[in-house]
Amino acid sequence: MTIARTLDDACAALAEHPQARLLAGGTDLMVGVNRGQVGLDHVVVLDRVDELRAWHRTGDDLLLGAGLTYADLGRGDLPGLLPALAQAARTVGSPQIRNAGTLGGNLATASPAGDTLPVLAALDATVLLRSATGSRELPLAGFVTGVKQNALEPDELIEAVRVPVLDGPQEFLKVGTRNAMVISVVSLALVVDRGGRGVRVGLGSVAPVPLRAAEAEAHLADHVGWDDGSPPAPDAVDRFVELVAGAARPIDDHRGSADYRRHAVGVLARRALHRAFPGGDR
Amino acid sequence: MTDTRVEAGTRPPRLGESAPRPDGTPKVAGSFAFSSDLWHDRMLWGGTLRSPHPSARIRSIDIGPAVALAGVHAVLTAADVPGSPTYGLEHSDQPVLASDVVRYEGEPVAVVAADHPATVRRALEAIVVDYEPTDPLVDPLQAEAADPIHPDGNLIRRIHLRHGDQGAVGEVQVEGTYEVGMQDQAFLGPESGLAVPAEDGGVDLFVATQWLHVDRDQVAACLGLEPERVRLTLAGVGGAFGAREDLSLHVHLCLLALHTGRPVKMVYSREESFHGHVHRHPARMWYRHHADRDGRLVRVEARLVLDGGAYASSSSAVIANATCFAAGPYRVPSADIDGAVVRTNNPPCGAMRGFGAVQTCFAHEAQMDRLADALGMDPVELRRRNVLATGDRLVTGQVIVGTAPVAEVLDACAEHPSAAALAADPMSLPGGAGRTADAGHVRRGEAVALGFKNLLFSEGFDDSSAAVCRIEDGVATVTCACAEVGQGFVTLAQQIAREVLGVSEVLLAPAETATVGSAGSTSASRQTWMSGGAVQAACEEVRHRLLRRVAESYGVDVDELVLADDRVVSLGGDFEADLTAVTTVPVEAEVEFHHAPTQPLDEDGQGDAHVSFAFAAHRAIVDVDPDLGLVKVVELTTSQDVGRVLNPLQAVGQLEGGAAQGVGLAVMEEVQVQDGRIRNASFTDYLIPTALDMPPVEVAALIEQPEPGAPFGAKGIGEPPSISSTAAVVAAIRHATGLDLERAPVRPADIALAEARP
Ligand SMILES: Cc1cc2nc3c(=O)[nH]c(=O)nc-3n(C[C@H](O)[C@H](O)[C@H](O)COP(=O)(O)OP(=O)(O)OC[C@H]3O[C@@H](n4cnc5c(N)ncnc54)[C@H](O)[C@@H]3O)c2cc1C
Repeated sequence: MTIARTLDDACAALAEHPQARLLAGGTDLMVGVNRGQVGLDHVVVLDRVDELRAWHRTGDDLLLGAGLTYADLGRGDLPGLLPALAQAARTVGSPQIRNAGTLGGNLATASPAGDTLPVLAALDATVLLRSATGSRELPLAGFVTGVKQNALEPDELIEAVRVPVLDGPQEFLKVGTRNAMVISVVSLALVVDRGGRGVRVGLGSVAPVPLRAAEAEAHLADHVGWDDGSPPAPDAVDRFVELVAGAARPIDDHRGSADYRRHAVGVLARRALHRAFPGGDR
Repeated sequence: MTDTRVEAGTRPPRLGESAPRPDGTPKVAGSFAFSSDLWHDRMLWGGTLRSPHPSARIRSIDIGPAVALAGVHAVLTAADVPGSPTYGLEHSDQPVLASDVVRYEGEPVAVVAADHPATVRRALEAIVVDYEPTDPLVDPLQAEAADPIHPDGNLIRRIHLRHGDQGAVGEVQVEGTYEVGMQDQAFLGPESGLAVPAEDGGVDLFVATQWLHVDRDQVAACLGLEPERVRLTLAGVGGAFGAREDLSLHVHLCLLALHTGRPVKMVYSREESFHGHVHRHPARMWYRHHADRDGRLVRVEARLVLDGGAYASSSSAVIANATCFAAGPYRVPSADIDGAVVRTNNPPCGAMRGFGAVQTCFAHEAQMDRLADALGMDPVELRRRNVLATGDRLVTGQVIVGTAPVAEVLDACAEHPSAAALAADPMSLPGGAGRTADAGHVRRGEAVALGFKNLLFSEGFDDSSAAVCRIEDGVATVTCACAEVGQGFVTLAQQIAREVLGVSEVLLAPAETATVGSAGSTSASRQTWMSGGAVQAACEEVRHRLLRRVAESYGVDVDELVLADDRVVSLGGDFEADLTAVTTVPVEAEVEFHHAPTQPLDEDGQGDAHVSFAFAAHRAIVDVDPDLGLVKVVELTTSQDVGRVLNPLQAVGQLEGGAAQGVGLAVMEEVQVQDGRIRNASFTDYLIPTALDMPPVEVAALIEQPEPGAPFGAKGIGEPPSISSTAAVVAAIRHATGLDLERAPVRPADIALAEARP
């Protein structure tokens, strides 16, 4: 076991032990360990690496350290800068999980139900990876490659996530069969970019990877009154909802049916849009 | 021993006063020693190899590769079971370890003892079982017609209850087909225990269970030992709710300990626990209710099919309850109720809080609402016109001789004022933390449901309880094998001893088989009555003997003597002695307590089969997001027929906990079984209510009408809270949505996709 104090420590340990497992909050890793599915030959512990638990603003971008916990995402200035991410963080697990679980862990786990992923998709986030030999930056779609699959090399770790600070409302909504502490059946993030005159929609739990509803976004861009902030007309909203539901590629599983997911993602799209552009007909 | 010392200056709680549980704070603070915390320095770890198939023939088992691993001390299969190869609560039909066939996914096939849990895991992986999978029988409706999957056949029990005029027809009829899913008990502390081989060739087993003596008898039979050489001691139990009534790891642990000559500990994971204990029976129920124009019930017809899964467990008793109480707590002059419980390759089902009455309550209450609708009558008024009272006859022909304040229970609940306003905080709307609801889209519904069941065991079973009371040096010690699984016997036994003996300090000895006779099972809402009754009787006998001795030694009239406040005093005031002083020579008594005998049901399901009944009502107020099908239970009000409250804190705790399990079954709790396989064997996906899902429980009334024959007039209170709560919540969702919702739990799609249809 290596208890890393700095990023360099962690990268050096990974270089030396390519089989090593990174341990952040442990809220995913330890579940696998307890089930006997994950062996721990060598562990690199990340939670004492201060650099990973910080965030910085550079111009219009924010760099979020991979070690930020869900509780961190809901504290201080972050909810004002990234409201949808803070909302998503608030839906995760219980207070204990939110105090331990991290952004980097959620990304690396790359579960279709990972709650930060649709938000990061909607924000066009990029993922900064680092190893002893260098760094690279991947778009989210390049990082999450499948169900619980990511693009990390054995000697790499996630250092940070880059997201833009946007002018406009943001919403995150998550459906679960329980009112708290539940894995999402469907989730949706909607962010408005007034500067870029666009609305971006990320979908969770409706495909192997987080999706963007690109057609729905393109359609909507033409129907929002960008100068006066007026909401889209009812038929444009209906079309938007249809396109979002159409973008989903859900499956039947023990958490919900594909039909329900497709239906629910449409309901979430309508509600998120209404919250972002209140006043319009529903 | 349970520590009962109280802080100086405080008087320990008497009967009728709130007595906090000694395990309460430790459980919340994390310091309670669960059975999984058992430890022995020389111990080995045990593990179980389980069938991956719901149905298969076993061609061969090769344990060689596992035995060869370093650190492995034993690998045992069915061939190593020295005694009875099978066990079971009512029928010995379940193999200790499968030999030729496996009948459900997760059935134990081999057990291992090794020096470390990781070695156990490797050893289990190294065992080679050659299975020939066969088509599983998974549809309970096909079970009777299908080829038998067990030598005992696929019908575990059928009761065809016929009561009254079979030609009776009501002017108004309503019909429905209802379904209840498989619920898990979801107790704290998965199955675990420690078996220690003894010098006499026997074994001491420390285990979390519900009924020590019946476990012992089954374990001893499988080990081929005399019962005296198998000694069970209750280890720290998190909860049980029926799931610990059957054996799980008991025999396995003892086999491994006897085979290795070392203590062996085994702990199930939560996932294994889902496969390792019985669940609540899923039910399909067809009903037709007949009534006259005034809403008086004329006849109830029902066809019930319960899925018993692969082995019988307590299915025979569960179907008896489902059938006997199928018509609800109402006067029903004519009935034809056919109840069957069948065998399938699904997970075995057995006891769970409410025991058959939960399923039929869901159906009969839906029918009552449907009938009210057909009559254009208020649903509470319809119930009021039909409720049972003392002197009425059940559909089993039995006349209720005890208390039956059903009308009082119903009215107290239905008329209780409601305080539920629409939440302003989106967290408190349906969908909760997911922030999915808009207040404008939420619909509210409200409904009342009524339910009942029997207390204690039925159908001629004499489920007695034994207790020993000893008083010495002013301290009373109570010994009883009653398993404390959270129901509160530990406080109650002390309260009863204080009440009877006027003594402050009461110790409760460990619950074990070696020191006292059987207390019967901690189930069927029976321990307050049965073991409470045994403790009361034993203490009374001690009081009697002690006072007689004091009277003789001091030459006072025994009828003048009373025990109070740690003293013996005479009523006339001319004699007084300290309790400590008169008990330097101990007084002890052992008593076996029996309830009034019952009869088996006859071929028409008729007979005085039950000892007593308890009734409860729930009113649920729910908010529903119809578009997403999400539900928030806003308020739950209850009233219950309790006979007499012995520990108010505990009583309310039972009402709250039982209602929480009822809410769970209404809106989220289901073991999802597909093709015989459990799809959600974890707390990630088997959801139970959180604090955001469970509203505060408003206790409108605890109706206290002392029950004749029950100690202190107290009825059991554990099960009624989980009977009508599910029915009330689903009825409230029906009220909010206008949908039929004939299945519990209600899933989001049942609401959202039904609404979305044109
Ligand atoms: C009770 C419970 C409830 C939960 N509820 C939710 C929920 O509602 N929504 C949700 O999305 N998730 C939920 N989870 C899952 C989990 O909490 C999250 O996915 C969390 O973000 C994981 O982060 P962690 O820091 O705990 O990761 P860890 O468990 O420490 O690690 C998870 C994986 O990520 C890798 N890893 C961690 N940090 C890095 C890094 N910097 N670079 C590269 N790899 C890294 C680890 O090696 C490991 O493979 C829940 C888990 C539990 C136990």
